[in-house]
Amino acid sequence: MSFWTFIAKRLAVLFPTLFFVSVLIFSLQHMLPGDPAIALAGEENDPEVVEEIRKKYNLDKPIPVQYGLWLGKVLTGDFGISLRTQIEVSELILTKLPITLQLAAGSMIVALLIGIPAGIISATRRGKFSDAVSNFVALSFISIPNFWLGIMLILVFSVHLRWFPASGYVPLSDDVWRSFMSMFLPYIVLGTGVAGVMMRHTRGALLQTLGADYVRTARAKGLTEKVVVLKHALRNALVPVITLGAIEFGHLLSGAVLTEQIFSIPGFGKLIVDGILNRDYAVVQGVVIVSAALYILLNLMADIFYFLANPRMRG
Amino acid sequence: MTAATVPANSANTASGTSTPAKGHSRALRRFLQRRSSVIALLIVVAFIVIALAAPWLAPYDPIATDFDSVRKPPSDKYWLGTDEVGRDLLSRLIFGARASLLAGVIPVTISLMLSIPLGLLSGYAGGWVDSVIMRFTDAMLAIPFLIIAIALAAFLGPSLTNAMIAIGVAALPTFLRLARGTVLAIRTEDYVEAARAVGNTHLRIVLRHILPNMLPPLLIQGSITMAAAIIAEASLSFLGLGQQPPSPSWGSMLNAAQRYLPTAPWIAMFPGLMIFTVVFSLNILGDGLRDALDPKSNLGPPCATFATCATCAY
Repeated sequence: MSFWTFIAKRLAVLFPTLFFVSVLIFSLQHMLPGDPAIALAGEENDPEVVEEIRKKYNLDKPIPVQYGLWLGKVLTGDFGISLRTQIEVSELILTKLPITLQLAAGSMIVALLIGIPAGIISATRRGKFSDAVSNFVALSFISIPNFWLGIMLILVFSVHLRWFPASGYVPLSDDVWRSFMSMFLPYIVLGTGVAGVMMRHTRGALLQTLGADYVRTARAKGLTEKVVVLKHALRNALVPVITLGAIEFGHLLSGAVLTEQIFSIPGFGKLIVDGILNRDYAVVQGVVIVSAALYILLNLMADIFYFLANPRMRG
Repeated sequence: MTAATVPANSANTASGTSTPAKGHSRALRRFLQRRSSVIALLIVVAFIVIALAAPWLAPYDPIATDFDSVRKPPSDKYWLGTDEVGRDLLSRLIFGARASLLAGVIPVTISLMLSIPLGLLSGYAGGWVDSVIMRFTDAMLAIPFLIIAIALAAFLGPSLTNAMIAIGVAALPTFLRLARGTVLAIRTEDYVEAARAVGNTHLRIVLRHILPNMLPPLLIQGSITMAAAIIAEASLSFLGLGQQPPSPSWGSMLNAAQRYLPTAPWIAMFPGLMIFTVVFSLNILGDGLRDALDPKSNLGPPCATFATCATCAY
């Protein structure tokens, strides 16, 4: 399969998927109990305002027409206006997104720094004590509800030891060090969960490559174990792990919702929670659209990477 | 979303159970041989018993407030202390198990019941039905799990029932993809070819040969998903989208606890510990089940999350 055939095939799958995603997100607003116009009006129950909203959101038109009009707006980046703040939803998202991306990037670094070395140790010492410990820790990381881990870390490191602030986000542009300190606990909270998954994947993939013929050949050539593991086995094992990194990004976005809530970080996740609390449905929908778009894009990139890194697929 | 890699991996999950009766007793023995699986199973059983027997186990009424004993630390009278309105934390913890159990069992049951027929249809029939179901699955997997659950719960309205519906809907695509992948792998096995060659009807092949063999991977996924669903319920309740006050849920208890963290840390400690213990046990159980039912892939399940796996069937 040539690269362009692969891209064409991948896009042929992508477009129907995007269509279904859009239908799914569009139908969210029709899940509101009762009249969506009244629900969208929020606390305002003046019939005139409700009528205005009905007109504005085209709720007086047939559903397929509504969908078409809605899709047209979304594709041009118009996600409506936040009822609460009267600010464009797209503008709100653009200001909040970098904060969450900073959180996600830092957490991913934590996950890689813990997960990959732990996975290597586990796979190369399979069945030994260190393998058992690292498996236990990985499963613990996966099983701890991240908001509880956040609360416990605040209790120990903010309330008692006073090493890190419990809340209060400092933008990266203000002060790099203080920004790092304010985000350190959130990085750990969000990063450890993904680290657990990374470790298990690295271990699994490495065990598989360690049993491969080319590793046996490398050993037979008399290469040291270190070279065999790091140069031959690990390099091949990391391909699926990096693909997983993209997929785990969705996990990070999900986790960010609660982590931002715990540490009062004014990001993307806090935006959706505040949107829910204020019944600001345009905001909720906007966040869902953008997170789906980001996730789809990353998955596409991961698939392309997987294709390029995997000569067998070009066969 | 590399659908192409799914069948290849699920091939190991499907094979090796061609003689059901014998295979099951062997799997059971393998499962019981591992101490961690047995301990995990006992913890999960204890959790279910506590949830079911809550009214008989709880020392106090879980929603009775007592403003004379607000935020009391653990003592003889209140083993785990009291919360911000003087409710007994142990009793709330015991009753809170009910919300977690419901949230763990019901979404998984919904997902299983829908994914078995749809997965069979998609994997066995193929064609455009398969395409439509798979594109729909891709679409649902394209929205991060908790985000779609939060959005659904928010739009449906906050309640435990709606939270369970939201979690069930969000969990469905993972099961559906797994069910389909397994069916695709089983369909090409020799014994299915043989059954077809001797003239069995499609219905008989599906019921006698494919259905029993597609259950093990779904069972493993069920255990792991139950763990994730319990965390999801706690998360939604923490955000106020699940169990509504004053009914207790481990998640909503943590929400209240956060405000009194410096002065009453015990309120925050125990609910989280409970969630962790149950979720950890379910994940260990999932591992044990996988190793017992599917000894060929002895590599550890790649992930115990709702993350959409492109690299594996789980």
